[in-house]
Amino acid sequence: MSSGGFWYMGGYARYVWPCIGFACVVLLWNLWSARRYLAAAKIRAARSLAMEASEAR
Amino acid sequence: MWTWFYKLASPPFVYGVAAALMPWFLGLAALTIGYGLIGGLVFAPPDYQQGDAFRIIYVHVPSAWMSEFVYTTMAVAGAVALIWRIKVGHAVAAASAPIGASLTLLALVTGSMWGKPMWGTYWAWDPRLTSELILLFLYVGVMSLRSAFEDPARGDRAAALLAVVGAVNVPIIHYSVVWWNSLHQGATVAKLGKPSIAGSMLWPLLSMFVGFLLFYGAVLCLRLQGEVLNRERQSAWVREAIKS
Repeated sequence: MSSGGFWYMGGYARYVWPCIGFACVVLLWNLWSARRYLAAAKIRAARSLAMEASEAR
Repeated sequence: MWTWFYKLASPPFVYGVAAALMPWFLGLAALTIGYGLIGGLVFAPPDYQQGDAFRIIYVHVPSAWMSEFVYTTMAVAGAVALIWRIKVGHAVAAASAPIGASLTLLALVTGSMWGKPMWGTYWAWDPRLTSELILLFLYVGVMSLRSAFEDPARGDRAAALLAVVGAVNVPIIHYSVVWWNSLHQGATVAKLGKPSIAGSMLWPLLSMFVGFLLFYGAVLCLRLQGEVLNRERQSAWVREAIKS
């Protein structure tokens, strides 16, 4: 397949490429949001630990 | 022999296993999805009827399969949590819901994009499409129900119950093309006997499916760690884990 033919996708480029692009967006969003969720949970747990320590003092 | 199985109910064990497995799942997912995309978009020949539009299946089919698989996992985890009162079950169900919902949305959008050139319409109230849309509503319902209660334990139980009841939709999605007259094509890969798809098209598709499965594993591991930390914040082992 030539480079031009590859991007043209036999005339279906406007259907194929948005699908591939949206799939990439969904996968990357999943990874980003899961990392963010874990980071927030770690911060919350550390804050709770710090509060306990200050109350104990 | 079964001690490893019982350990799965232990939050610190699950947290450690999830942290250890995540990079492996993610690395293997990148490899298999990369192979599947190159094989499907570059090397697979155009379909004799659908031309190059068929290449949409390389993201549509794995996301549709995974939407059902993730829901089944969520329902089983919810059932385990309800029956045996295993808190990790609720954590797995809560971690799975947003992943499953996003993959269901991906399946619906890519299916719609495939439908326009093939059927002449983006949407039809076809049994397969409608039951997949109901699946998306079930995911949203489970997530909303979990956060609707002030008491998180009650929210978990209500969400698990809805997930278990909603599992009846999974076989309906799968067999809708057999039970009713459907615009959607019948089983191509997962039918009994020989799949009616050429090997050069099939292998990248299977690789994409394995890649999506591993990707779900990686994201589940990340979200599960967060869920366990949120639920076990007051436990001694969390203090130790955070300190280190």
